[in-house]
Amino acid sequence: MRQVTERPESSSEPRAAESAAGAQKPPAAEPADGRVMGPGTAPAVEGVKAPAAAPDSKPVFAVERLTVSYAGRPAVREVSFGIEERRITALIGASGCGKSTFIRTLNRMNDLIPSASVEGSVRYHGQDLYAPDVDPVQVRKRIGMVFQKPNPFPKSIYDNVAFGPRVLGMKGEMDEMVERALRRGALWDEVKDRLKQNAFGMSGGQQQRLCIARALATDPDVILMDEPASALDPISTGRIEDLMFELKDRVSIVIVTHNMQQAARVSDMTAFFTVVVDDTGHRHGEVVEYDETEKVFTNPADERTEAYVTGRVG
Amino acid sequence: MSVAEVPVARAVVRGASRGARVREIIFPASLMLCIAFAMLTLVVLLLDVAVDGLPVLSWNFLTSFPSQVFPERSGIQSALVGTLLLMVVCAVFIVPVGTASAIYLEEYADGNRWWNRLIEVNIQNLAAVPSIVYGILGLAFLVRGPLELGRVVLAGALTLGLLVLPVVIIVGREAIRAVPNSIREGSMALGATLWQTIWKQILPGALPGIATGIILALSRAIGETAPLIVVGAAAFARFNPNDLTSDPFSALPIQILAWIQDPQEEFRTLAAGAILVLLILLLFMNAGAIYLRNRYEQKW
Repeated sequence: MRQVTERPESSSEPRAAESAAGAQKPPAAEPADGRVMGPGTAPAVEGVKAPAAAPDSKPVFAVERLTVSYAGRPAVREVSFGIEERRITALIGASGCGKSTFIRTLNRMNDLIPSASVEGSVRYHGQDLYAPDVDPVQVRKRIGMVFQKPNPFPKSIYDNVAFGPRVLGMKGEMDEMVERALRRGALWDEVKDRLKQNAFGMSGGQQQRLCIARALATDPDVILMDEPASALDPISTGRIEDLMFELKDRVSIVIVTHNMQQAARVSDMTAFFTVVVDDTGHRHGEVVEYDETEKVFTNPADERTEAYVTGRVG
Repeated sequence: MSVAEVPVARAVVRGASRGARVREIIFPASLMLCIAFAMLTLVVLLLDVAVDGLPVLSWNFLTSFPSQVFPERSGIQSALVGTLLLMVVCAVFIVPVGTASAIYLEEYADGNRWWNRLIEVNIQNLAAVPSIVYGILGLAFLVRGPLELGRVVLAGALTLGLLVLPVVIIVGREAIRAVPNSIREGSMALGATLWQTIWKQILPGALPGIATGIILALSRAIGETAPLIVVGAAAFARFNPNDLTSDPFSALPIQILAWIQDPQEEFRTLAAGAILVLLILLLFMNAGAIYLRNRYEQKW
């Protein structure tokens, strides 16, 4: 169950319709029985790769026939779907199905792996992220990322948050930017008296919220989260999930998770990845189903999805 | 377990433990013996030097110039100054070049390209090349040859620098590699360029390791004799080198060698004093390296 903690003041403003709808979604109980939300609440969408965009939401990413290969061997193939603005999109699926590979193409982090190559297109607000004239550094300024293991820099809490604005040369009062980011990261009250202390002295959950605050400091449009809570205890996990709800009125969030309950609790949309073995015996990931989270968890179109979300497989 | 099995089992346990116990004693004992042998040799050497050299040590010994006639008025000023200058110039050379090379090889070089692999293998090999070969290189390319620097501090320092550069690069690479990849990714994901990531995250994290490597490299350079002989350091310098690029220079190892070769017993005693000075310098440098490592090493 999601932890009920106090929300900071920032979340008290009235919400846009779509985020209110997302926040009101009842915390899905046990996905193991998979039917808690009642069948047929979402519009029926035929099968695989249907971009089921809600009418009130614009796509922030339009992914078209995306194939990512390492050293020529595809890790994830022919992925096509749209990721919507100001919503939380969960990527679920068994290990090795290319979720992390996929999420890392959205801010060109795969560029750091020399053997990685990308085919197909990823459009970000209509602009091809892999066009030759696109600077990956500029991409990452707009699209932040939080990793599986908290990775604070071996610096003070303050310097961790200030790092992004500093390297980007952002104008403004640094103390204010740091405070704002820490408040949005729901960490300010815990750390305001020890901003100069080394971030390595924080608990794992605090470190991860620091990493989120650090990503927020550069005021990104999207935050990608690669299993952000997999190394954390349930209380810290609950805090991070609360935080995601609070953030989604300003940023779009894409989250990779192995935790089915978490995907059901936090996300508006869910993409289910699976491992496919091709004719040559090589394994790669594909997207089986992409739809409203309720639909994926209660009335999935594909039987592989159903097997996975009900816990029969994986 | 049945009752009948118990004594058998006990016997087996007891038998095994007796053999193991003997081995438990013999093995560490033989290790101790090896250490004792090494330490004993060192202690005898140090005692021998200290007995001979301590009476020589005095302020006059440090501040006088060497004399070939009067051992009692002879000192090591020019050699000491020469050695310190060599170390400073050598450090100025190896710190940027060694660090930059290490950064290139770790962060920029594509390890799949044959030329980068060639560079790597060559650096490993160069670390094992005898120092006299570097001396000949220095003589041919720095003292004479294309650069024609002459027998000056700069030529000596660059020769020593080339000699220890492979060590600096290898240790520097280790230190850079010890910075976890998650730090690189975290920095790049915030929109930092590779250069910003290296300058603000990787280098600060690797700095204690790099600094330790540099100090250890200098500790090796400070005792090198052969390359300096070949490069042409002076055995009895009657003055300090005032200019790095024009004056002849001496160095402690050269001075020691010159005195040891002297037929007069009094001069040979001076060598022991100079050795003590060199040892003390070395001790301080190594202590500095250990301090740096313990104080600033980053635990990830």
